[in-house]
Amino acid sequence: MTGWLQQLGENGLNAFERTGRGHIFLFHVLRGIPEILLRPQLIIQQIYSVGVLSLIIILVSGLFVGMVLGLQGYTTLVDFGAEQSLGVMVALSLVRELGPVVAALLFAGRAGSALTAEIGLMKSTEQLSGMEMMAVDPIRRIITPRYIAGIISLPLLTAMFSAVGVIGGYLVGSGLLGVDEGAFWSQMQAKVDLQEDILNGVIKSIVFGAVVTWIAVFEGYDTTPTSEGVSMATTRTVVHSALAILGLDFILTALMFTDV
Amino acid sequence: MMQSKTVQIWVGIFIALGFAALFMLAMKVSNLSSFTDDDGYEITASFENIGGLKVRSPIKMAGVIVGRVAKINFDNINYEAVVTMSINTRYNKMPADTSASIFTSGLLGEQYIGLEAGGDENYLKQDDELQLTQSAMILENLIGQFVFDKASEEKQ
Amino acid sequence: MPLESNSNLIEIRGLKFSRGKREIFSGVDINIQRGKITAIMGPSGSGKTTLLRLIGGQLRPSSGTVIVDDANVHQLGHQQLYQLRKRMGMLFQSGALLTDLNVFDNVAFPLREHTRLPELLLRTLVLMKLESVGLRGARHLMPNELSGGMSRRVALARAIALDPMMVMYDEPFTGQDPISKGVLVKLIQTMNSALNHTSIIVSHDVDETASIADYIYVLSEGKIVEHGTPDALGKSQSQWVQQFMQGLPDGPVPFHFPAKQYIDDLMSGTEA
Repeated sequence: MTGWLQQLGENGLNAFERTGRGHIFLFHVLRGIPEILLRPQLIIQQIYSVGVLSLIIILVSGLFVGMVLGLQGYTTLVDFGAEQSLGVMVALSLVRELGPVVAALLFAGRAGSALTAEIGLMKSTEQLSGMEMMAVDPIRRIITPRYIAGIISLPLLTAMFSAVGVIGGYLVGSGLLGVDEGAFWSQMQAKVDLQEDILNGVIKSIVFGAVVTWIAVFEGYDTTPTSEGVSMATTRTVVHSALAILGLDFILTALMFTDV
Repeated sequence: MMQSKTVQIWVGIFIALGFAALFMLAMKVSNLSSFTDDDGYEITASFENIGGLKVRSPIKMAGVIVGRVAKINFDNINYEAVVTMSINTRYNKMPADTSASIFTSGLLGEQYIGLEAGGDENYLKQDDELQLTQSAMILENLIGQFVFDKASEEKQ
Repeated sequence: MPLESNSNLIEIRGLKFSRGKREIFSGVDINIQRGKITAIMGPSGSGKTTLLRLIGGQLRPSSGTVIVDDANVHQLGHQQLYQLRKRMGMLFQSGALLTDLNVFDNVAFPLREHTRLPELLLRTLVLMKLESVGLRGARHLMPNELSGGMSRRVALARAIALDPMMVMYDEPFTGQDPISKGVLVKLIQTMNSALNHTSIIVSHDVDETASIADYIYVLSEGKIVEHGTPDALGKSQSQWVQQFMQGLPDGPVPFHFPAKQYIDDLMSGTEA
């Protein structure tokens, strides 16, 4: 019994310690920003590997999610004779929830895990240590550009995901199921609000970008420098990111979309 | 060097696509193009009951959106709701005796304020108050009244 | 051994360091003379690499001081420590080359990070460094296309890119074929005399190290067990040093890991 309690206490303390280290780490990363902004080439390189390389998966997934929303929404709405509202339904689900959340989950799986593995491998092959001995701060040189690239890339990817999703919903709804094209777009425009819906969606995606990239680079930097350690860190990145995204989504939704 | 150029081009495409998507969401999906409510003049109206009216609910005249609800306050003396409406400056020729009613779009849809023009030669301007108002139809009240009427009919 | 303090580039005094509950150093004193090749030898797991990291300020001792060029490494601020590191070169066991850059860019990396040299001058400098390790022709290769010996030579070119006052070699000979070993031995020696810097070699390859070192410290179980010139060490009275220097299988360091009596163990049945 005491053994079990001791284990619980130890795990709890470890979790606290890791969280603390994560925050100190984030502080170091943020402190490197002014210096890195003077070398945009480093950020561009990272936007390429974090953002551009995630483009295909985001666009294809967005299209399919939008098409499924169109199909499902239509079959439900047509029972109430409200199929004209299909556009509203598709757009609101995408812009408010599915866009930011699904794009962030895909981002964590595609870019986050790659970041963790890359940094973890750099650590286990002593590249980070070597940099330190060359008087180059690896956090500023390696981590900060990746962090900035993540925060820039995810909102843009999310916007593309939602836009492609709306087009997917339109293709299915209007092209396949025969919803009136004018009603689809005009109802959407009447009900979707720039500030309330679109802007809040963008804010969500910025928050997700910051959190997912933070988790990814920290797990990579904090990894045990063995191949097993790197693979465990990569798994942790995806799992923790997914939990963080869904949890934060609830909190952000509660703050943004409830009239209090 | 060659390689970094392709990277730059791809990142350029990526950022352009991202902003194009944001632009599309703003212009095509949301109501940015149909209405901006910054430039408007404000008029007020008091209602006994505003039902489910909210800030940013539409204000329509002849079915066309002419403005948005800017503020909703409660008048502590008359126990009435005071609604401040922001009307687009394009519609600056509304008669001073325009009346306002709260309607529901469809049976269960959102609520909006419908304006009906009067015959006054003077036009409404900033901070004017509408005198003629009609409160929201509360569905529960209507049903209650209907049941009550039925019951009293049966008694006779 | 009396030495004038100003001739020492590095002075380590009473150094203690533990990792977890395991004590790695329990009071180590080392002097490293300017311009000389000093070797620190000891069996695997005696903390030789840890010692280099302590000198480089990557690890913090639990007590004791490390003075490098009159500066106490562990009392420097972040900025000063990085200034000091610019004057230290370190050759990692794995080479620690940046895997996404080719040989040229790897050697150019410290120059690009710390200086704003025009590209033309930078190219000349990098080619000079590569020439000195004999790999000017390999400048377009990626690190994964290099053999172990070649990547160590590239790493050496990178370590001397900023013309440091000292170079630390972490196990430079381990896992190399005889030819690569010979090349590295020669390189370390010629660089030390040509560039006039101080070299510290951490190694357990006795023959190669003893052939070029001016002075040797032997580490075991957290302490310096012997120090002196290679010749003096060869004549050491300590059996342990003799066993280590000559690579005898049995001696003060037993062949058998501590265990109970062989016959008892065999007769004790099913216990694992």
